[in-house]
Amino acid sequence: MIANLGFGFLFIAFLISLYAIGTAIYGLCAKSHAFLESARIATIVIFPLVTLSVLSLLGLMLTGQFEYTYVFRVISQDMPLILKITALWGGQAGSLLFWVWLLAGVTAASFLWGKQKQLKALVPWAVIITMTTLAFFLFMVLFLENPFERIWLFANGQVVSSFIQPAGSFVVIPPAGFGLNPLLRNTGMVLHPPMLYLGFVTFLVPFAYAAASLITGEVSGDWMRLTRGWTLAGWIFLSAGLVLGSRWSYDVLGWGGYWSWDPVEIAALMPWLTATAFLHSAIVEERRDLFKLWNYVLVMLTFCLVILGAFLTRSGVLSSVHAFSGSSIGPVFFILIGLIFVTSLGLLLWRWNSLTASGELHSIFSRESLFLFNNILFVCLFLICLTGVLFPILSEVFTGQQVTVGAQWYKSTTGPLFALLLLLMGIVPLSVWGASSAKRLGNELWKPAVVSLLIPTGLLLAGIRSWGAVLALWLAGLVILVLFYDFWRTVSAWRSAMHEPLLASGFRLLLGNHRRYGGLLVHLGVVLMAVGIVGIEFFQTQTQVTIQQGSSFSFHGDTLHFDGLTTPGTTDDHEITSAVLTVDAGNGKTFSLAPCVDNYTAQAQSVTVPGVWSTPAGDLYIVLVDWQSSATTSATIRVYYNPLIDWLWIGAVVLILGGLFAFWPAKSVQERGQPT
Amino acid sequence: MADPLATPQQTTSKKSMPVWVIFIAVVTLLGFLIFLVLGLMSSRQQSLTLGSRIDDFTITTFDGKDVSLGSLRGKTILVNFWASWCTTCIDEAPILEEAWQKIEPAGQVVFIGVDYADTQPAARVFLQKYSIDYMNGSDLGLSLSQQFHITGVPETYLISSDGTLNAIKIGPFSSIDELLTFLDQKSGN
Amino acid sequence: MNLNHPFSRKIFLLVIAVSIAIEGMAILVYTVKAQTQLTPSDDQVNAVASQLYCPVCENITLDVCTTPACVQWREMIREQLAQGATPAQIKAYFVQQYGLRVLTLPPPAGFNWVLYLLPPVIFLAALLLTVRFIRAHRGNGQNTPGSSGIDGGQNG
Repeated sequence: MIANLGFGFLFIAFLISLYAIGTAIYGLCAKSHAFLESARIATIVIFPLVTLSVLSLLGLMLTGQFEYTYVFRVISQDMPLILKITALWGGQAGSLLFWVWLLAGVTAASFLWGKQKQLKALVPWAVIITMTTLAFFLFMVLFLENPFERIWLFANGQVVSSFIQPAGSFVVIPPAGFGLNPLLRNTGMVLHPPMLYLGFVTFLVPFAYAAASLITGEVSGDWMRLTRGWTLAGWIFLSAGLVLGSRWSYDVLGWGGYWSWDPVEIAALMPWLTATAFLHSAIVEERRDLFKLWNYVLVMLTFCLVILGAFLTRSGVLSSVHAFSGSSIGPVFFILIGLIFVTSLGLLLWRWNSLTASGELHSIFSRESLFLFNNILFVCLFLICLTGVLFPILSEVFTGQQVTVGAQWYKSTTGPLFALLLLLMGIVPLSVWGASSAKRLGNELWKPAVVSLLIPTGLLLAGIRSWGAVLALWLAGLVILVLFYDFWRTVSAWRSAMHEPLLASGFRLLLGNHRRYGGLLVHLGVVLMAVGIVGIEFFQTQTQVTIQQGSSFSFHGDTLHFDGLTTPGTTDDHEITSAVLTVDAGNGKTFSLAPCVDNYTAQAQSVTVPGVWSTPAGDLYIVLVDWQSSATTSATIRVYYNPLIDWLWIGAVVLILGGLFAFWPAKSVQERGQPT
Repeated sequence: MADPLATPQQTTSKKSMPVWVIFIAVVTLLGFLIFLVLGLMSSRQQSLTLGSRIDDFTITTFDGKDVSLGSLRGKTILVNFWASWCTTCIDEAPILEEAWQKIEPAGQVVFIGVDYADTQPAARVFLQKYSIDYMNGSDLGLSLSQQFHITGVPETYLISSDGTLNAIKIGPFSSIDELLTFLDQKSGN
Repeated sequence: MNLNHPFSRKIFLLVIAVSIAIEGMAILVYTVKAQTQLTPSDDQVNAVASQLYCPVCENITLDVCTTPACVQWREMIREQLAQGATPAQIKAYFVQQYGLRVLTLPPPAGFNWVLYLLPPVIFLAALLLTVRFIRAHRGNGQNTPGSSGIDGGQNG
């Protein structure tokens, strides 16, 4: 009953989305405001309907109705409530429904609270575009990956999953569910997918308005200014989603790393790259009326990549630990991709001429020029990621040979580009708009640059020979110095002009220009993350030993003593074996760590949970690989030391805070006019 | 009512869009879309179609002999993919061996075991443990598993005497009767 | 030596026995020593395993994979290292057994050259287009006809 309601609500939502498309088209042709308004309201009405459908599925899941295929697959009774809720996005069908819900929510919000008065001419087209996308996803959920399907049994033992009961089959109600994949049963699952999906779907709004502006020919850029909030919000969510996924991987998966350059991870990174480029490039369009075509391309490309990424992840084309298992939605998804890509390119080529910007680039050393390099670097990064992701498929299609593109290739190819981005981050705050020259830029830059040279000198003197690490840390130092130097100069100027105490000036400056200082705070976050990344990438050490109970070994200046094995919290469904280690850090400090292996007997799968001791200088990261508890108790332990990794997380928090600060609306017109 | 703000089309600099740009852009996009289709098609080949011809392959048995599919033409061939680390293959092994003992004397059917992504020592131990008599070889380079598009182990493929695929079984056989029924299947079933 | 003499025979036998004992001990010592030398440590195994992907799991390197199959493969690497194989030889063996998928980077041969050449080509193309863009937008508001202006990002 509930399932039928859930399906019914969703089906009505699908019909309404088609209605919205139809009325919007008709309203445009007949120039009828009534129809256009009806279309707009339809988009808002869809959201409560999809919400009811989601609640129906949640109801089935929380009450353990195992006759439903999806519930059977992802729910088991021993799961805590929070995990049962997160199981909504634990499998392909549910996570598609979740995606649809977020998409419906974002589009409804954009038409409810968006600046549609100023964008009135664009709204009908935006409705058509958003509703077409939503209709495709609704179609996929309703007819190809239906979370409300039930399990049916035939007399010959065959089991079928379907929404409508096949003739000659019987109802079967399994007594228990299979349960969520053990790897997904932790707190990371609570936030990472929702943040990520929110980031993805939010980019539909700027895409729709960009396309609408190209269709109507209103290419003034107003749409960009008015949908900027959505783009920034999408960027914040996506950044948070990526970082949460990274932290989850580090905390729970026990491989000592934070980003494995897995194709699905990269599929989520690519739209982030183009979105970041867009956020920068948009500043230039506002200030100097340049890069108009760039901005259209970047915005549309971002959403194209969102859909491409979803397609690659869900259609089974990519092989990855993250990918959903093979599915029938591939062809429909491909049609959506074709539609979106062809429309994007078509519109851009059609309106090419009117996208000429009036501004000029006066100097290669001007701020505009530096932003151009920024765009180029991000696009290169994106193209390299795309190459790496598509190459295995290319290889298989053209040569039949299955190959893997591993992390090393990505690190070698993207590393130098990221370093160049760091360099740009160090230079740009001191650059000026308009005419400039090497001499002028050099004049601004030389003081912090000289001071920053202390860093590589110090590192080389300390014996560090990895030139990549030295270079990266030097650039990171340069960026931090430039950030504070620039802030200090502006505050000082402000203070002497306003005759205010220093702190007051500082605060007023910060609060007076959210965009600029939010952005610079984001840069500070990025630099801190870079420091953490350099630490773990260049200086990670590890060892693996097998030791008897009661003995010790030393690693990285610490003595680790293996106390023994315990089995905390063992239940019928899973057994946890934990190795207790006491670590003596040598300076009198001792602490205890208990890495464990959580073996889920029902799924025949185990989760390796590391024991981690974090300090700002580095993490001691211990993984239990194997153990013997027969005659003598022994354990095989792998220990990593990850220097500076904490700064990756600290930097990520700073980055998000910076984004939120930049997002915070300006209080007054005066502030809005502040230079960036 | 929003009026498009005053940025009319730039008439001063009416660059004509270079044709080569359009050409490259369109060709690239089309190429990309076609490539996605191909990728999708190759990944969706989840199993071979029944009745299709099986290309000739050669397998080197653990005894060192090379056996090709072509050399066995005229016999019904059962190809079973397994691995020593696969728990359900353990359940299936005695059933396969028992069926082989029944079928072999008639000389019409050949069993070929293909060891997927395994190590030789472990494979030999497995074969010895379950007293497997029929020929077994390692899937070198994982080429056979690619040819048959297997999605896991165990999987069993029945090839008719004229070289076409008669039946597919995904997962282990649960009883010898099931296996014998499987052997009787003809193309198109 | 006259072995018919009982005393000589005993001496002879004693010498043989002692020789055998010494040989035996030498072999024993050598084997024990060789074994302790020859058993590669986990770290040595992991150093090779981290350069290979698990043949059956998706995108997990062989040193961190926890499945029984991966344990078998790591033991195989240990044996091969003990027999004196180099990491390159071990990798070649894995490729022969399990295909090119197990390598973290396909070897630069044939089609795989695309993977090695594309990044520099992309970067150079980007540089070229940047230069064109700057030239196109420079100057006093006059745009040279026929300049395309923008980038490679328009490939949709």
